Amino acid sequence: MFQTFENKRLTKVNGMTKIMFSVLILAITSLQALADHPVATENHGEVHEAEADHHGDNSHDEKFNAGEMIMHHIADAHQIHWMTFNEGEEGEWHLAANLPIILWGDNGLEIFGSGKFYHGEEIHLEKGHGYAYEDKYIMVDEVIYNAEGGLKYDEAGAIMNSAPIDFSITKTVVGLLLTTLIVLLILISVGKAYKKRGHKVAPSGLQSLMEPLIVFVEEQIIVPSIGSRAKAAKFTPFLLTVFFFIWVANLLGLMSFLGGYNVMGSISVTLVLALAVMIITNVNGNKNYWKHILWPDGVPAVIKILILVPIEVIQIVLKPAVLMIRLTANITAGHIIILAFTALIFIFGETSAVAGWGVGIGSVVFMVFMFFIELLVAFLQAYVFTLLASLYFGSAVEEAHH
Amino acid sequence: MILLNLLAAPVGLMFWTSLAFIIVLVLLKKLAWKPILNTLAERNEFIDKSLKSAEEATAQMSQLKSDNEKLLAEARVEREKMLKEARETKESIIAEAKKTASAEGERLVSNARAEIEKEKAKAMSDIKSQVAALSIDIAEKVLRSELSNKDKQAEIVEEHMKQSQLS
Repeated sequence: MFQTFENKRLTKVNGMTKIMFSVLILAITSLQALADHPVATENHGEVHEAEADHHGDNSHDEKFNAGEMIMHHIADAHQIHWMTFNEGEEGEWHLAANLPIILWGDNGLEIFGSGKFYHGEEIHLEKGHGYAYEDKYIMVDEVIYNAEGGLKYDEAGAIMNSAPIDFSITKTVVGLLLTTLIVLLILISVGKAYKKRGHKVAPSGLQSLMEPLIVFVEEQIIVPSIGSRAKAAKFTPFLLTVFFFIWVANLLGLMSFLGGYNVMGSISVTLVLALAVMIITNVNGNKNYWKHILWPDGVPAVIKILILVPIEVIQIVLKPAVLMIRLTANITAGHIIILAFTALIFIFGETSAVAGWGVGIGSVVFMVFMFFIELLVAFLQAYVFTLLASLYFGSAVEEAHH
Repeated sequence: MILLNLLAAPVGLMFWTSLAFIIVLVLLKKLAWKPILNTLAERNEFIDKSLKSAEEATAQMSQLKSDNEKLLAEARVEREKMLKEARETKESIIAEAKKTASAEGERLVSNARAEIEKEKAKAMSDIKSQVAALSIDIAEKVLRSELSNKDKQAEIVEEHMKQSQLS
């Protein structure tokens, strides 16, 4: 008895240390992974000697550009880029995975590896990085255009070329798929555990880790926001899924050594979630909800028609839009702050190595601090999104009370 | 500009997001949320029910306890009553016995006394008759001796005569 108890305690302590250790490793690795700043060094693998030389010369002249580096890291890409070795020297190579590109355009469906771009012909542009795939497509800053014999610009400097619809498995899509996989693996195994153990056996293992979270989301967020358990039942699966989906994606985004997936920092992702919230809210809207929007009580008709109703109608779209922007902005902002601290090191490092090291130590301390803040934000944003979505659903099914 | 890339909403990414999210939602709804939420609800119900039945059991227990106490109190009263009755019975029996005994004694004593009186009277009459016979014998013997002498006879007669005259 005693032995097993002791063992249990030991494994518990080990588990705790493991978690602490992983967090530390995470923090440190994230710095390392961020430390490689890809300043216009997108040549890959079997790089041509001449090009590498040319490139090397180029990057010696080029100043470190913090804004570009940060944007590069939070933006979507058609490859997962971990490290650059021998940067700016002979034998430069990248530790990166080229992802499949799927295009739907004039030529129908086309699928090929993104290496066709990254290992293909690099186009030197005044602004941004361009790659050409034969004479079919040109990719400028990860946006793929039809080549049409060369890039055409309008007066404002925007690219005029037509573009195929890009269904590529980009870095963010990989992040999405990883998120999907993790969420499914964890929650389905927990679901199985519940099915197996039933309600008379205490939860254990992963089940007991997830149970407080699930109960928290259900009883602290969903049910109080919607009003009653009976009304909430219809929305609970969606809201719980949203919560865990966002949270896991956010945590995955923090593990930048995996490739820096900025899933919830991509407006397309949050747009889909916000759209789902909007559709569910309005589909479930009862008489009282629509009456509140279209003919609110206790206000003179003029004000109603001229001010209130337009505002309420705009709010149908505005509320989910705010959800979308809040989530994206928060996650992106967190990444930008951490990246900015990294950038500081290189900005000072360019003036002198000593300054770089000095600032580096301070930056690392701040980054570790920010990392913990980000861990909190990852949870908080999932919480806020779920809470507000619940409130919107709650307003849709609220009964009139006089 | 690369920032626009970030803020633009590429259709492809939206497509993949929708696909991933719908798959997650459908699978989780069936394989995770249904068993989890059902089990949690069942557990809540089970706990509620258990608590309620425990409460009921406690109430029943206290009811039983008070019943027991009432029974005990009643039994105690009953015992007291029985003891008292027994005591009274005992006392009355003793008193009765005493009364009977003293009456019997008195009767015996009076009987004995009467017997004694009777015996005494009988003995007295016996003694009287014997004394009379004895007296007669003595008187005869005295007379025989007295009357053997003439002078004496004359003296006696004289005496008697004197006495008769006197009366």
